[in-house]
Amino acid sequence: MATQHSRAAARLMNAPAVFVLLVWMLIPLCMTIYFSFMDYRPLRGVADCCVGFENYERFVTSSSFLSSVGTTLLMVGGILAITVIGGVLLALLLDQPIWGQGIVRILVIAPFFVMPTVSALVWKNMFMNPVNGLFAYLWKFFGATPIDWLSELPLFSIIWIVSWQWLPFATLILLTAVQSLSSEQLEAAEMDGASALSRFYYIILPHLGRAITVVILIQTIFLLSIFAEIFVTTNGAFGTRTLTYLVYQRVLESQNIGLGSAGGILAVILANIVAIFLMRIVGKNLDN
Amino acid sequence: MGRITLDKVAKSFGEVNVIPPLDLTIEDGEFVVFVGPSGCGKSTLLRLIAGLEDVSGGQIRIDKVDATHTPPAKRGLAMVFQSYALYPHMSVRKNIAFPMKMANVPQAEQDKRIDYAAKVLNLSDYLDRRPGQLSGGQRQRVAIGRAIVREPAAFLFDEPLSNLDAALRVNMRLEISELHNNLKTTMIYVTHDQVEAMTMADKIVVLQAGVIEQVGSPLELYQTPRNLFVAGFIGSPKMNFFKGADAAGHDAATIGVRPEHLTVSTTEGLWKGTVGVAEHLGSDTFLYVHPETADTVEDTITVRVDGEMALRHGDTVWLTPQDGKTHRFDGAGLRIG
Repeated sequence: MATQHSRAAARLMNAPAVFVLLVWMLIPLCMTIYFSFMDYRPLRGVADCCVGFENYERFVTSSSFLSSVGTTLLMVGGILAITVIGGVLLALLLDQPIWGQGIVRILVIAPFFVMPTVSALVWKNMFMNPVNGLFAYLWKFFGATPIDWLSELPLFSIIWIVSWQWLPFATLILLTAVQSLSSEQLEAAEMDGASALSRFYYIILPHLGRAITVVILIQTIFLLSIFAEIFVTTNGAFGTRTLTYLVYQRVLESQNIGLGSAGGILAVILANIVAIFLMRIVGKNLDN
Repeated sequence: MGRITLDKVAKSFGEVNVIPPLDLTIEDGEFVVFVGPSGCGKSTLLRLIAGLEDVSGGQIRIDKVDATHTPPAKRGLAMVFQSYALYPHMSVRKNIAFPMKMANVPQAEQDKRIDYAAKVLNLSDYLDRRPGQLSGGQRQRVAIGRAIVREPAAFLFDEPLSNLDAALRVNMRLEISELHNNLKTTMIYVTHDQVEAMTMADKIVVLQAGVIEQVGSPLELYQTPRNLFVAGFIGSPKMNFFKGADAAGHDAATIGVRPEHLTVSTTEGLWKGTVGVAEHLGSDTFLYVHPETADTVEDTITVRVDGEMALRHGDTVWLTPQDGKTHRFDGAGLRIG
């Protein structure tokens, strides 16, 4: 297969794709880096080149930076915890033979196909609204005072909405992993005297390890950039301002492109640090 | 102790009756082989004994105690699966220790039993490896090791050698027989390979469609098969069957003659035929003879002759059954005499 000739041809044919990818990635990145070293506020007509690290300094020292990093970690961690634990449990449940299995599985996957903006609006107006929401009715039915979810428990509410969206993804991947476990292994464990709980802990969970790392890795990449759910529910108020949202506010609300770009570059660096850690864990798990 | 009694045990999956009520007693220390063609219910029977399937009727007693509804772990039986069912994320040591860990055996006792099992099974050098780094035969031994350390009342083997290559299978067959001689524990072994059954068993149980056709020692089954099915199933190559006039001469509906009980001559004999395929194994030669006169059930008569005999495709031969080696069966396929 891999003769000298075919390898050269392969490189040649790959070149355009690699070139386009590089341009797509590098040009925005380079422009962001360039803007981050400028004092660039278009509405005020300011576009001074080369202010050094002033933007970075202002971004990092502002009081909202650290709290936004904390919020981001809390949000991503919370969603990961809910989706992974819930996903494992749902996958085990869906693996049981039940009547109407096909339809149930499609229904479980459905939330993944709802657009983030739509699902956030549905949750905000139909469930979490303190006057007309379903939860409010439920609370009133039991004689309790309805909770104004988005102002009293804003971070938890957003975590809940996003978890609802990502749970199907985790469930789907974990379900295929559960199904690939050989039934003889479980029977052997049963004969060896393992209770249902021990079988889960010693056999099923280690078997799911690889799938769980994949779920965590992929979800983290997407969850670090949550935006729509925050935008349509709290607008970043009540301590729900993540790093992504802070960058958006600096660029579009404060109209300070230089400052926002500096924040964006910092977010890229932080995301890469997280990614390196995750990759090392995944690598360890995938090596086996 | 490991005396297992099946009393009218039956199993059906919905409408399908896999095992009609059957009785069987397995004595303590016996090596019993369940043998039969695929789908005859032999694995299901083993799983019923193990407790991995619920019986539809009847009673299973282990050492006189009713174990019909006892969960598998409490029956004191250890099972070796066809796929070995090792836990891939645990080292060999942890695999073998797993049943003891579940039973809360003290660590010192665990180590003692692991060392013993590893020594018996030649696994001492591999204790820290993962199952994925072992060969098929080694994995098989780990699975047996996991069973040994439980010190069970009986071992259950579910076609344990079918994933191994031919040479290794012969080796493992010997090792399992040797293990049985050393441990003297009851073993129940399921296989579809009648060679494994003949070589290992103290007692063979021949099953067909969930029904026990015959129970007996390997030689009993070989010498006095109870019916046509057992006669055809036990022995390799298969027994030759003759019907019509040939059988009527013996006052039977069908007669059977084993390939090794036919005398071959190039000059005279009872049945004349031409040699079709000749398989030369060195020690033996199997001839597949197309008969001209004999009224056979199948197209060819299989003959086992000495390896030195120089007969080839197309040669004309005469075949004569040896005295007293003819098996007679009546119209219902049951043995006469």
